[in-house]
Amino acid sequence: MRSKYSQLLSPGIAALAALTSTACSGVQSALDPAGPQAHNISRLWWLMFYVCTAVFIAVTIVLGLAINRSRKISGAEDLAPELEMPPEAETRRRNIVAAATAFTVVTLFVFLVASFFVGRGMSAELSAKQGVVVEVTGHQWWWEVRYLNDDASSIFTTANEIHIPVGTPVTLTLKASDVIHSFWVPNLHGKTDAIPGKVATMWFQADRPGTYRGQCAEYCGLQHAHMGLIVIAESREQFNSWITSQTQPAIQPSSATAARGQQIFMSGTCNMCHAISGTEAGSNIGPNLTHIASRQTIGAATMTNLGDHLSQWIADSQKIKPGNRMPPHNLSPEDLQAVIDYMQTLK
Amino acid sequence: MAQAIPKPVQLVDIELTEADIARDKREMERTWRRPKGLWGFLVETDHKVIGLRYIITAFIFFLFGGIEAALMRIQLAFPENHFLNPDRYNQVFTVHGTTMMFLFAVPIVTAMGIYFVPLMIGARDVAFPRLNAYGYFVYLIGGILLYTSFLLNTGPDAGWFSYVPLAGPSYSPGKRVDIWAQMITFTEISGLAGAIVVIGTAFKMRAPGMSLNRIPLFVWAQVVTAFMILFAMPSVMLASGLLASDRLVDTHIFNPAEGGDAILYQHMFWFFGHPEVYIIFIPALGFISPIIIAFARRKIFGYTAMVLSLVATAFIGFGLWVHHMFATPLPQLGESFFTAASMMIAIPTGVQIFCWLATLWGSKLQMRTPLLFVLGFFTIFVIGGLTGLMLASVPLDLQIHDTFFVVAHLHYVLIGGSVFPLFGAFYYWFPKWSGRMLGERLGKWNFWLMFIGFNLVFFPMHQLGLKGMPRRVYTYLPETGWGNLNLLASIGAFILAIGVLVFIVNAISALRAGEVAGDNPWAADSLEWATSSPPPDYNFLYLPTVSGRYALWSQTDKTPIVYGLSTQKRETLVTSVIAANPELRFDVPGTSIWPFMVALATAEAFIVGIFTPWAFPIGAVLAFAALAGWFFADPDHSNKKVIEQTEGHRPATQPKELRAEEA
Repeated sequence: MRSKYSQLLSPGIAALAALTSTACSGVQSALDPAGPQAHNISRLWWLMFYVCTAVFIAVTIVLGLAINRSRKISGAEDLAPELEMPPEAETRRRNIVAAATAFTVVTLFVFLVASFFVGRGMSAELSAKQGVVVEVTGHQWWWEVRYLNDDASSIFTTANEIHIPVGTPVTLTLKASDVIHSFWVPNLHGKTDAIPGKVATMWFQADRPGTYRGQCAEYCGLQHAHMGLIVIAESREQFNSWITSQTQPAIQPSSATAARGQQIFMSGTCNMCHAISGTEAGSNIGPNLTHIASRQTIGAATMTNLGDHLSQWIADSQKIKPGNRMPPHNLSPEDLQAVIDYMQTLK
Repeated sequence: MAQAIPKPVQLVDIELTEADIARDKREMERTWRRPKGLWGFLVETDHKVIGLRYIITAFIFFLFGGIEAALMRIQLAFPENHFLNPDRYNQVFTVHGTTMMFLFAVPIVTAMGIYFVPLMIGARDVAFPRLNAYGYFVYLIGGILLYTSFLLNTGPDAGWFSYVPLAGPSYSPGKRVDIWAQMITFTEISGLAGAIVVIGTAFKMRAPGMSLNRIPLFVWAQVVTAFMILFAMPSVMLASGLLASDRLVDTHIFNPAEGGDAILYQHMFWFFGHPEVYIIFIPALGFISPIIIAFARRKIFGYTAMVLSLVATAFIGFGLWVHHMFATPLPQLGESFFTAASMMIAIPTGVQIFCWLATLWGSKLQMRTPLLFVLGFFTIFVIGGLTGLMLASVPLDLQIHDTFFVVAHLHYVLIGGSVFPLFGAFYYWFPKWSGRMLGERLGKWNFWLMFIGFNLVFFPMHQLGLKGMPRRVYTYLPETGWGNLNLLASIGAFILAIGVLVFIVNAISALRAGEVAGDNPWAADSLEWATSSPPPDYNFLYLPTVSGRYALWSQTDKTPIVYGLSTQKRETLVTSVIAANPELRFDVPGTSIWPFMVALATAEAFIVGIFTPWAFPIGAVLAFAALAGWFFADPDHSNKKVIEQTEGHRPATQPKELRAEEA
């Protein structure tokens, strides 16, 4: 079982590694910041890390010296307890404890002020007009992504993949459709909870192109482990052309097998949950598939959208992501291939 | 029931002959004789028996929780591992957290108080022995309920915190979460009972002369914890109770779809959940001080500062809960307040660590196993405390919250801050429980295996969290690059487990053929060492009096004893809260079946309540009947009252000069 999926995912390792050539220390790491917020937080981290390490070393040295300097016990009479300390020893200790406490207070105050200013800089409000506005809704166990626009015809829905232009702030409106999820792309920013009945807002910005992986950070049930997404930061031109292609309705299939695939999709169980714009499939229980072929991952960033992964997913996603809401589909090999052909036209 | 002592109390010289002592001892043994057999198990109220039962039961739960931890570490050792399926994994991590917090940590640290507080303050039993017995049965039933359901594959799976709406009726159908919610209620009832017992005992039953400023730090820690329990536990009982009512009778209190509020639950849970950490940690601070006093052979530096720090920790501990919720959409100004409070709590903790270091500095240190565990505490806990400061910072918390960094932090704080001192306490007080010493050589193995294993498991988790690994995931993808550190952590878990096994081997071999301990093997200072090991059923043949902060170290041949309490019936002395002047004689309630009966009625209400709300009125009627039995059907008591009146008593004695404030 294990080795099978390791193999299955190994092309994914190479692909994702190639995609993230700039991110040498991790596609999902708080210590490899790619945007201003993550950067400020990582600076705060390093400040606290060095100060705390120094404190730890100091305490350890004092403890070690205390043990080292303890007097040897020579005989039974040495076990006599010390109920009084010489007054000068008592005073010296009192002064040292007071100084150490004062040092603690000062250090904490530095941390508090640093933390406050970093926090204030991060949550500075953005007006909705500024930058790109994306509405992200957490579902068990995938992310619905809607690009909002004043022009209603430019609004489109995708899933588990957010494209952003480099150097531009992106406002995220976070919602949850069922239970609490938490949106977290560590290379760009800390996490924000998406809570049913509430709307949360955050913003981030990528300073360099790259693919950054994110993952749900609030335990949300059976497949919490496989609720990932990717953020692709690209140049303004690439981003604009991506937006243009995503706002288009799906292309009508040209080949015979793809047309047959479309017919299976529409007459079978697929369209009960998935939407493909420009067709009669309009349900939003599962991810919108209008441009599924253009996405880099499937199953909420569980597998790369390469090779026969999609066909394995459609045939029996329960083997890959047990408990997810998509039932196994008992399609004949020809029918499965037809559906795959159709999916691959949805660029 | 209680009789005022003739005042003023005077120091009387009584010549006690060998024959007097032998007679008193014979009579005390008869009066305090413990019942035997299964019936004896059910009616027992002796605080030492109840305390040890708690400790052993909680230790067994600790082993269960450890097995669950090992299962998780096997599953996470490799990416995309299939050792546990997601459903099993989610049950395992939920039951692990629930067990360690509710069935192990809180019960065992408070049970140390139930066993030792009366011995340390020189009392015959706790203030409410039957309430104490009731608390144990309720706790035991709650634990059995959880594990029965877990072994039947219907264990709770919504996390030890059971956030709504995930734990609500829509997303957790079935009875799994109900079992969690009711188990919480069981353990909280038991915690509240234990807290009341400890407060009553420590405030009103201290030996004459043990004024508030002479109470051992262990007892202070237990009292402070008990007050925290009184304020924290009702909040989680409310949370779990309202969750149960949402699930059972559709109240929609936490259901956003019907106008309820999901965040309300988080506030209620963490208003308990954060103080809970201190409820586990403060008693452990109380284990550390006596061990340091005994092995550094000197008084503690800064007793008053230590006590005030405990109290300050308890107060501030109630003002931090929101730091578990920084990622929720809350106003930034409000969050800053909780950052400040969360950082502030480092001050009292720092003061205590500095005071211990000042005590150790230049002392005559005896490197015995209990002290080793305390020194282990220093290094591990300081790391946990410092990472706590990082979590207190809102921006940094947004990155590391709900990641393995938090897993590392909380284990550094709870294992370092509580389990290491607890094992030190096991080595230190095992001779008092059993009369035999634990082996030193195995003890050193035990310590080093646990210390190395612990750091191997949890230190890499800091890095995993920073590298983006969220908590509560049953697996992860190979391309995340988290494999190596996880494998290292799993190897560490194996070493840690061997360390715990060494302890069990040590305990078994000590019970069989350990060195005989004697009354006071460590030549320590507090009153529990003034009686035999294990202590007699009545604790002290004659209640002691106290003339200094370190009772046995300032004791002389001239130190008076309390004489004149009845040997014919279970009688103890009630003293005043501040100065511990004798006030009353008090009949300690004896054995009774009714606490067990009330526990059964409670169990009926909460277990059957998982299925029907009618269980509660029925349980109320049953509990009323059982409580009526508890309060009225007490033939022992009325019989003995007659004896008291016919025999009369000499006044309890106490020297006047001991009422002075300071030693």
